[in-house]
Amino acid sequence: MKTAATDTKTVRRRRFFSSRDKITLGFFIGIPTFLHIALVWFPAVATIYLSFTYWTGIRIEDIQWAGLANYENIFFNTPIFYDALRVNVIWLLWFFFIATPLGVLLAYQIDREIRGHKFYQSAYYLPVVLSLAVTGIIWNFLLRPDGFVNGLLGLPIAEAISFFGDDNYNIWVIMIMASWRHIGYIMLLYLAGLKAIDASLREAAALDGATEWQTFMKVILPAMRPVNIIILVITIIESLRAFDGLHHLRRSRWTADSRCIGL
Amino acid sequence: MSMMVKDKKKAHAQQIKDRFISIFIGIFALVWLFPIVWTLWSSLRPYSEIRAGGVFSPPQELGLFNYTNAIERMDLPRYFWNTAIITIPAVFLILLFGSLIAFVVTRYSFKFNVAMLLLFTAGNLLPAQLVFIPVFKMYLAIGDAVGDRRFLYDSPIGVILIHVAFQMGFATFVLSSYMKTIPKEISESALVDGASVFTHFFKVMLPLLRPPLASLAVLMTTWIYNDFFWALVLMSTDNKRPITSALGRLQGEFVTDYNLLAAGAMIAAIPTLIVFFILRKQFVSGLTLGSTKG
Repeated sequence: MKTAATDTKTVRRRRFFSSRDKITLGFFIGIPTFLHIALVWFPAVATIYLSFTYWTGIRIEDIQWAGLANYENIFFNTPIFYDALRVNVIWLLWFFFIATPLGVLLAYQIDREIRGHKFYQSAYYLPVVLSLAVTGIIWNFLLRPDGFVNGLLGLPIAEAISFFGDDNYNIWVIMIMASWRHIGYIMLLYLAGLKAIDASLREAAALDGATEWQTFMKVILPAMRPVNIIILVITIIESLRAFDGLHHLRRSRWTADSRCIGL
Repeated sequence: MSMMVKDKKKAHAQQIKDRFISIFIGIFALVWLFPIVWTLWSSLRPYSEIRAGGVFSPPQELGLFNYTNAIERMDLPRYFWNTAIITIPAVFLILLFGSLIAFVVTRYSFKFNVAMLLLFTAGNLLPAQLVFIPVFKMYLAIGDAVGDRRFLYDSPIGVILIHVAFQMGFATFVLSSYMKTIPKEISESALVDGASVFTHFFKVMLPLLRPPLASLAVLMTTWIYNDFFWALVLMSTDNKRPITSALGRLQGEFVTDYNLLAAGAMIAAIPTLIVFFILRKQFVSGLTLGSTKG
């Protein structure tokens, strides 16, 4: 610890940069920062600003200040908004309490190097490397009227369950599709974190007579804090951007129920 | 003595438990792979057979005919080329910019070091839907200012730039955590030898960053290859869009040959699958780099 502290001090000590070095540093930082701010932060702030204005979206001069009118409109005059909100909340709960814990559980078991763990790791991660467009096609194969599931249920096309069109099913179907990728992603992230944990931590816990569950909750989970935060953020984002998968399914039938705030 | 027997018993119980867990996870894994396998199987059969006999009808014709047909209709070389001219420069720039920022933030101290890191990491987490309308408008405005409306909008350059701007944050995050583990003495000695900032970065630091750069390159390539949100929003000409959009070409106006579509999906997935199987290790290590050593 001590050496680390003195190290930072030596680096902090004033250096004499030549003017050429200063220019190089300026470029090193300046170009990426400019690009990032111009294309990510500026548009984000602009969107927030626009949400308080009226605008037809064509000429910049036409922008008019609207105050909270748009929000009032969404909250009070757009019943669909609550449908969308409801869908998003269901997504969040599902990802938070079911999909993410499943991914963590898988990672934990695979990290213990149970038999076949290498195969499992690949199998669960495979859906993550497929693009959403391909994922949509793959699931369509299982769920369309003349697809696998309806075939399994023995339903002819005329009576087949429309998994994507029926409001009773579509949100769950899409959630399962999204989890198919999400669980693998979480699994891999967590696995990576677990591999980096010091084995002596576990041994110490075992010597103290901690059960597996105690070890996980009291030792491993706190040690994984950085990974936990990343996973939490990813889970929230994932449940907010339910866009891509939905977009690809829209062709089947677009129902109010499967809309989400992202749209 | 009795302790050892007890331990042995415990170990045995654990072994049985592990076997159960392994079997359970194994079954689950097969369920996981099933959709892909089913699509692969279907892609080898003609759709007409399924329409006539149902999904479980025994195959009468098996072959790669859907693939040859799909390759013909998808205009593959063009779309793979479109994908390549977006993905390759984007990944290159992301890695370059990410390592530049990580380098400056970890090796030189400024007052706003932490703020910089936060800016980039948080920016990476913003949802694309929050920014795409202003980006679209900006691209048009810049295009008009330059005199060519399609300078950024509907051009690979625009898509590359937005990918770079977004993913740079992730690269910076990973690379800066990795750089913190590289001993400072290396930089010190480079500076004592009178190396300029330029030499310090390109000759001293960059070679040391090879492992995280390799992992990031793999991850970024699959992410950008798979993206179709930005290509959809920022490109209007279908001919310029990447491979994921070419799948649309396989859909008929009234009747879609699903098995042809399956073959197309498999073709579009092949490059990422190859990358995945060859560089499997990099995927795992790439995500871990720096995540726990903060």
